[in-house]
Amino acid sequence: MKKLIRKLGSWGLSAIRRMGHMFVFLINTFYYIFIPPFKFNLLLRQIRFFGNKSLIVILLTGSFAGMVLALQLFYTLRKFGSEALLGPAIALSLIRELGPVLSALMVTGRAGSALTAEIGIMRITEQIDALTSMALNPMRYLIVPNMVASIIVFPLLAAIFDIIGIYGGYVVAVDLLGMSSGTYFSQMENFVDWEDIRMGLYKSLSFGVLVSWICCYKGFYTGYGAEGVSKSTTEAVVTSSVLILIWDYFVGSVLI
Amino acid sequence: MKRFDIELVVGFFLLIGILSLGYISVKLGKLEIIGGSGYSVYAEFEKAGGIKVGSVVEIAGVEVGKVKSVKLKNYQAMVELAINKDVKIQEDAIISVKTKGLIGEKYMQITAGGSEKIIPDGGKIRETESAVDLEELISKYVFGKV
Repeated sequence: MKKLIRKLGSWGLSAIRRMGHMFVFLINTFYYIFIPPFKFNLLLRQIRFFGNKSLIVILLTGSFAGMVLALQLFYTLRKFGSEALLGPAIALSLIRELGPVLSALMVTGRAGSALTAEIGIMRITEQIDALTSMALNPMRYLIVPNMVASIIVFPLLAAIFDIIGIYGGYVVAVDLLGMSSGTYFSQMENFVDWEDIRMGLYKSLSFGVLVSWICCYKGFYTGYGAEGVSKSTTEAVVTSSVLILIWDYFVGSVLI
Repeated sequence: MKRFDIELVVGFFLLIGILSLGYISVKLGKLEIIGGSGYSVYAEFEKAGGIKVGSVVEIAGVEVGKVKSVKLKNYQAMVELAINKDVKIQEDAIISVKTKGLIGEKYMQITAGGSEKIIPDGGKIRETESAVDLEELISKYVFGKV
């Protein structure tokens, strides 16, 4: 019995220690963001890595998310004779929820996993130690460009996702289901407020911090050997995806 | 050998992203970057239920302005309207709170008057018609007072 309680205690202590460690890592990252010299070329490279290479997947998921929303909502709204609200319903759900969340999940799967694996392999092949021994700060070279790039890229990707989704919904609603295009857009302009867009922005900004924080941390402190890297890559993707959804709920309930 | 131009590629991505963000902010979010062009007109209502900041002001079904603020003054609703500069409102115009459809959103409708006098900036529309309370109307009908 005593053993069991001790085990629980040691688990709790290590969980708290890990959380503290992660938090110190985040604070360190933000400290180095504001300390020159800034690595502008590395930042550009990471923006390309996070942004340009995610464009195709964002275009695909965005258009189909908008299309399926239009299809499902149309048949539900028709029961109440309020098809006119289709446009606002699609726009609001995309801007407030689906755009930030789905684009963050996609980028996590595409770029976050690669990032963890890359940094993890640098750690186990002692490249990070080599940087340190040459008095080059690994935080500045590896972590800060990723953090800044994802803070810049996530809101932009979410916005692209929103636009593509709205036009995907437009194609289905107007061309397939025979709604008038005027109703689709004019109602949308009436219902969507700056508040909604701001909320989506806050969400995707915080997702950007969250994803690059967790992925970098898991890669930076990876385990031993190839197995350690594979384990931390999996952990990074799973943890960030779960935290994105949990954080989405909290931001939504606080800001609403 | 052609060098891979990373700045061009990244710039292209950032441009698309910022354009999308600008599109939804300005078009859908009605974010006014250029300060509100137009003049203020006030109107006092007994009941302004459903009128919010940003509600549309129409004349003959054409949007001519927006509601700027709704405040309480002497237990009456004081609504400030921002009317487009090129629209003139006569002194005896009537302003009323209307509903789009049966359960749609509320908007303000101005019925033009015949007077020669034009309401200046900061002026007041005297003739107002409050919102029709649908529930009140139904209860009146049910209890046979109509």
